[in-house]
Formats: sequence, C-alpha cells, structure tokens
Amino acid sequence: MVLFEDLNEMQLDALKEIGNIGAGNAATALSKMVGKRVNMEVPLVRILPLKDVPEWLGGPEKEVLGVYLGVFGALTGHILFVMTIDDALKIMRILLGDMAPSRDQILSMDELASSAMGEIGNILSSSYLSALADFTGLHLNHSVPAIAVDMAGAIVDVVLIEISQHSDYALLIETVFVEEEDRITGYFMLIPDTGSLEIILQALGVV
Amino acid sequence: MARKIAVGMAEYRVSNDPEDVLCVLGLGSCVGVCLYDPVRRIGGMVHVLLPEHLPGQSNPFKFADTAVPALLAEVEKAGASRRNVFAKISGGARMFSGADTLFDIGKRNAEAVREALKALGIPLKGEDIGGNRGRSIFFYLEDGRLEIKILGRDAMVI
Repeated sequence: MVLFEDLNEMQLDALKEIGNIGAGNAATALSKMVGKRVNMEVPLVRILPLKDVPEWLGGPEKEVLGVYLGVFGALTGHILFVMTIDDALKIMRILLGDMAPSRDQILSMDELASSAMGEIGNILSSSYLSALADFTGLHLNHSVPAIAVDMAGAIVDVVLIEISQHSDYALLIETVFVEEEDRITGYFMLIPDTGSLEIILQALGVV
Repeated sequence: MARKIAVGMAEYRVSNDPEDVLCVLGLGSCVGVCLYDPVRRIGGMVHVLLPEHLPGQSNPFKFADTAVPALLAEVEKAGASRRNVFAKISGGARMFSGADTLFDIGKRNAEAVREALKALGIPLKGEDIGGNRGRSIFFYLEDGRLEIKILGRDAMVI
C-alpha cells in the first residue's frame, strides 16, 4: 500500500502538477462567472497531516467555509475545500456585487448565503477534480457538495473522523485567486482512501 | 493565573491544579468528556473521535468505549476519588448540511460516551450535544463548570 507520507520526489511533482492545473481550471471557472480576468498563483502544494490544517488556516477557532465532496468511480476519496469567511465574502462581492450576502448572513448560513457558497464550492472543487480526471484518464464522480461555515477545527475534525480508517494525511493545494486588488486564498485538500493513491500513481505512470 | 491547557484530538489531559482550564477549540463531531472530583478538585478531559475501538489501534483515547475508562483511571491516579467523580460532555455535532448519514458519527460518539459512563456508574451532570455547530469548550477545574462557545452566540455554562 502506498501512503502519502512515503511518496518520492517524482511522485510528489506529478501530484503538484495536477494541483497547478486544477488551480488554473478553478481560476478559469471564476473568470467565466464574473466575466473578468481572474489570475491565480499556487504558492504551496504539500502533503501534511490533516490535524495540522486548522493551524494553517489561522487557528482552530478561525471562521471558515468548508465544502466537502465524496469522490467515487475509478478511485474513492474525499475532497475538502476551505477558505476563510473573509475571503468567501470577497468572492461573493465579486460575483454578486450589491446582492452579496453579509457577513452575518454567511455566519448564520441563511438560504442565499448557503446556496451561493455551495455553488462556488462546487465549481471550484470540481475544477480540481477534473484536472485529476484529465491527467489520470480515470473516470471520476463526486457527491453533491456538503457545506459548513464554522470554526476550522470543527470542520476539519469531521473529515478527519471520516478518513481516520484510511489515512491521516492530505494533499494540500493552496491557491491564491487574484482579481484586481482582491486576493482570495483557497485551500483544496485531496484525501484518497486506502489503495486509491496507488491507482492515481499508476495512472500517472510514476509508481 | 489560570492556565489554559488545550486537549488535542485523541488526547487527554488531567490536572490537580484548580486554577487550570482544560479546553478544546473548534470541536465538531468529536466529543469532549470531562470528569471531575469536586471534593479534591481534580479533573480530566479527553477528546474522542470515534465510538468504538478499532482493532490494531493502540491509542485508547481515540475511541469512546476505551477513552472513558482510561480517563477515569488517569484522574484516579492523580488523586481523584471515584465515588465523587461526575461527568460533563459536549460536542457530537453534525457539521455539514446537505450530506447524507455519512456525517452522523457525532451522534454515535455521544451515545457511546453515555454508555461507557453508565457502565462505570459515573453520573452525567451536564451535556450539550448534537446540533450543527462547532463548539469551543472550557472546563474550569476550580468548580467543574463547563463553558461552551458557539460562533455568533452567547457562551453558555453547564
């Protein structure tokens, strides 16, 4: 069984490349939605223990938006996309202008806020997933996105529980979307189930 | 000076210093179990992830059924008397809306904790369980109160 923590340089590079393409797809999807050019940077792609993710996001009590997708098809696993509430607010304003939900609406997860955020999460997450599918040639599906707005620790702990029988590590792709003065950071995490990482590496020819 | 001691996932902390505050920041589907001896003012907290012990796993503090007796043993070791000890529990939320039963683990965690306490004959003096919001919890060893904070709401004490 291949584990994230055992990957060699070449295998990591292949996964990083998928991360870059996925981030590019996500920026293109955002550009189409807003009708303006959205650039992106990928400052960081790394493997890290999921329990360290809340620290990465600014501490366990940091208010974040989390979008969860189950992955199935040729391989199984989990996707978690996270951004801070402040950055989620910026995206809403870019997309919806004056119609954007307020911070309070986001925190209380009213109907407008949750549907808008679910949609954004869905579009961004599936951008990364389609990069993975394209690169590997594997047929992949995902579940309907489940969203949560809460403390980073609480959101990550749920996913950690789900995966604790498989792995404690995630592939983290940090992406910064740049639209005029706004910089929005999204954290995309891929957690393959036992055996699925091997399927990815085999499909990439880097076993 | 009160000292805040964070209890990480699948970890426990025990203290006999009444000034100490044991806490978990950002608790989701996990459950925080607090045991307290009000006479000797000794307490402990464990942060459990899953209801039942899985074969091949060595850390008893990860699973409700093994974590509760293990925590009791630790607070007794620190000087607590079993006949004084009571419990307070919090957590077990269902964080993601729109998901199916996949995320119902919080409820099962809480049930497993209650059962383990019952099996040991430890009275459950307070609980704040379930819902769909994350919590930060603070267990004050001066008097055994458990303070619970949820984003956008006033703190409550049980």
